Amino acid sequence: MKQPISKSIIRVDSRAKLRGEAQYVSDWEFENMLYARTFRSTKAKAKILSIEIPDIPEGYFIVDKNDVPGVNRMRTVVSDHPLFAEDNVQYIGQPILLVVGPDREGIDSIYSQIKPEYQEETPLLTLEEAEKHSKVFTDYNYKKEDPEKAFANAHRIIEDSFSTGYQEHVYLEPQGIAAEFKDDTLFVYGSMQCPFYVEGALMDAMDMPKEKIRVVQTVTGGAFGGKEEFPSLNGCHVAIAAKKTGHPVSMIYDRDEDILCSTKRHPSKVRFKAALDENDDLVGLDIDVLLNAGAYNGLSPVVLQRAIFSATNVYHIKNLNVRGRNYMTNVLPSGAYRGFGAPQTIFAIEMLFYNIAKKLGVDPLEYKMRHLLKQADSTCTGGCVREEVKMPEIIEKIVKSSDYYNKLKNNKKYQGIGISLFLHGCGFTGKGESVINGKIELIKNKDIVTFKVSSVEMGQGAETVLRKIVAETLEIPIEKVIYETVDTGKVPDSGPTVASRTTMIVGGLLQKTAMQMKERWDDLENLELTNNYKQPKYLSWDDENFRGDCYPVHSWGANVAEVEIDPVTYELTVKKLHAVFDVGVPIDERALIGQMEGGVVQGVGWATIEVMGSDLGRLKQANLTDYKIPTSMDVPEIDCDFVLNPYEFGPFGAKCAGELSFVGSPPAVAAAVAHAMGKAINHLPITPEVLMEMDNED
Amino acid sequence: MKIDFTLNNKEISIDVDANRRLLDLLRDDFGMKSVKEGCGEGECGACVVLVNGRSMNSCMLPAGAIIGKSVVTLEGFKHTERYKAIESGFLKAGSVQCGFCTPGFVISTESLLNENPHPTDDEIKEALSGNLCRCTGYNMIVKGVRLAIEMGEGLW
Repeated sequence: MKQPISKSIIRVDSRAKLRGEAQYVSDWEFENMLYARTFRSTKAKAKILSIEIPDIPEGYFIVDKNDVPGVNRMRTVVSDHPLFAEDNVQYIGQPILLVVGPDREGIDSIYSQIKPEYQEETPLLTLEEAEKHSKVFTDYNYKKEDPEKAFANAHRIIEDSFSTGYQEHVYLEPQGIAAEFKDDTLFVYGSMQCPFYVEGALMDAMDMPKEKIRVVQTVTGGAFGGKEEFPSLNGCHVAIAAKKTGHPVSMIYDRDEDILCSTKRHPSKVRFKAALDENDDLVGLDIDVLLNAGAYNGLSPVVLQRAIFSATNVYHIKNLNVRGRNYMTNVLPSGAYRGFGAPQTIFAIEMLFYNIAKKLGVDPLEYKMRHLLKQADSTCTGGCVREEVKMPEIIEKIVKSSDYYNKLKNNKKYQGIGISLFLHGCGFTGKGESVINGKIELIKNKDIVTFKVSSVEMGQGAETVLRKIVAETLEIPIEKVIYETVDTGKVPDSGPTVASRTTMIVGGLLQKTAMQMKERWDDLENLELTNNYKQPKYLSWDDENFRGDCYPVHSWGANVAEVEIDPVTYELTVKKLHAVFDVGVPIDERALIGQMEGGVVQGVGWATIEVMGSDLGRLKQANLTDYKIPTSMDVPEIDCDFVLNPYEFGPFGAKCAGELSFVGSPPAVAAAVAHAMGKAINHLPITPEVLMEMDNED
Repeated sequence: MKIDFTLNNKEISIDVDANRRLLDLLRDDFGMKSVKEGCGEGECGACVVLVNGRSMNSCMLPAGAIIGKSVVTLEGFKHTERYKAIESGFLKAGSVQCGFCTPGFVISTESLLNENPHPTDDEIKEALSGNLCRCTGYNMIVKGVRLAIEMGEGLW
């Protein structure tokens, strides 16, 4: 039964975008505005001996480490990235200084005359090298029950390992940011997911109090995690430049610069040792997760946490020993990207199950289903699966709609079908939501209701969904609900726009507050209500030992991919994709399908054509000519469906969705290719070269 | 050099470096901010404009290449009946997410329908393959074009 809230409406932001009237930061102009361009390291690791700067014409400026009023570090989880390089550089693309001035050609001319003198040092270039040299940033470990005993009593032990490559976000709008001072207040405007992260970074960098800083989000042309922590860096750059020059400063990256220096999805390696009992059931797992964090750790520890807490996916494994390490290499820092570490480990365990099943001669889906988590089971960290697990219903639905088993019987080489099962933990990992303590405000002025949150619209539909939640709860038209501009001077900190938390956490808080408002609706003309998020009481989490509930609830799903491989060129074509998701209750079905299809296609890109490597610390893909993402010609028909499973604490029963959409298609495609080729797929992306080599092995 | 062309049906005569990118000319000198720079190398289609009715990447065109031609951007096109049909189709299909690629898709749709008023789905996909979108996965854009064709029957 479809819920009334799921009925689709026209997205509230789409008209202005269609007419080309939405103002992205590159469309903003300020009086006496200067442009900035970042001068970057061309060395993977070096001492900076000197920097020769040409004569600077009047009106132009050099901005560097000496101009930072506060701390020369970008504030994030680990504040280790210098805003401007000091006496050394650790990766190609690292910012050293800015050239600022009124004319872009004038800036380019100065830029070309800057001559740094480096003393090069031996860089660590790959995850393998970093592991050999033990350059570990973060090392986590957790255990469940008695893995030693499970392995000692194992009927058989199977080892396997998996790896994945970089992924570039390719939000269509490149990174852009601007700053100006009005009297003694600093304004920073830009394309971003987390205005309060930028505010915090500015407080450190500028040595200014919160009250004197306003961070204003501009229309954001896609983000996918790429605008989570990165705007804290370029935001500080333009603020420092605005202070030094006394002018507004705008800095818009072109695509090449964006690819060169912005964060990427972490390359990974995941090693498993599996203990099977006499029934060939998987009763113990030893999991070793390695992520390439790049030159600075930054946000990577929390990415690693989600990676290791997602490593058992939808499966109930009794005995566990899980280790996760972030390694330092002299390549650009990796960072947040849709799924946040989970896509890497979920791909790995899905293919582990596939490979074990094949080895045992049993059906992979059946083998997976023998190990499915059920309601009241304990999670990998010893928490409790409290929600009803509708995986059997999801699987039944997708097997039927895709005609999975009939197509699986097709033994034609170069044609294949594969299935993946997956989940996503909703909201922040561990104690994240309690630390953020998200706050929202709801203001009634006669029949108009304004809500103030720091969750941004970045293309995902947040404005429509949040306005809809308030309007439906108050039973007023959506036109009467106003979404306040996300400006840290105007809105409370309801947390960053990340972790698929906007609808469930912030939307839930809005719904709760709107219900309180509704009770007093007729009594008062004006009313201001505010609420802070509180984790459901049943949750417990021990952040020291990684014990308890790392997520309040999960969303679940299954994907089926059908593929074909050209026997001559080995080009891989995804012919059809099927997806069934449990996201609680859809808040606007069309907007949700837009999220799910977009995520599924991004996942297919990562699994197939999106190749990014580095050579001597330099990315081999410099632009969109050599880094290919799917085009309209590459996408198959996608059949997307939902299973209802209302969550008590979500608005109208909604859970998380945005990242869940990404994690399933890579292992589904990999399983389909494995079926088509009759070979194991242990690495992403699956390129024609890999397939050709694989085919020529025997 | 002196360049004469029409921009959104207005006659323009300007003195400009013939090598200047049409993209910069439109955005910086004429304030046509619907024309977006997504890659600067002709790969993403965010900057497409209609040149004599056909969509072209304005980042790849030097100003000198538009002498005597008609250039139309969304600022002009949005006042037409054809635009309204495309807008209705895209709104109804949920074709818009972050919006940065959207003006380019609207322009490419007009260019396609101008040439082929009754395209198949494969023809639509091919015609839009020069426009990148990272949000939607494209199917909802193709559906938007389909709906635009239905709603704008007779306009092309």
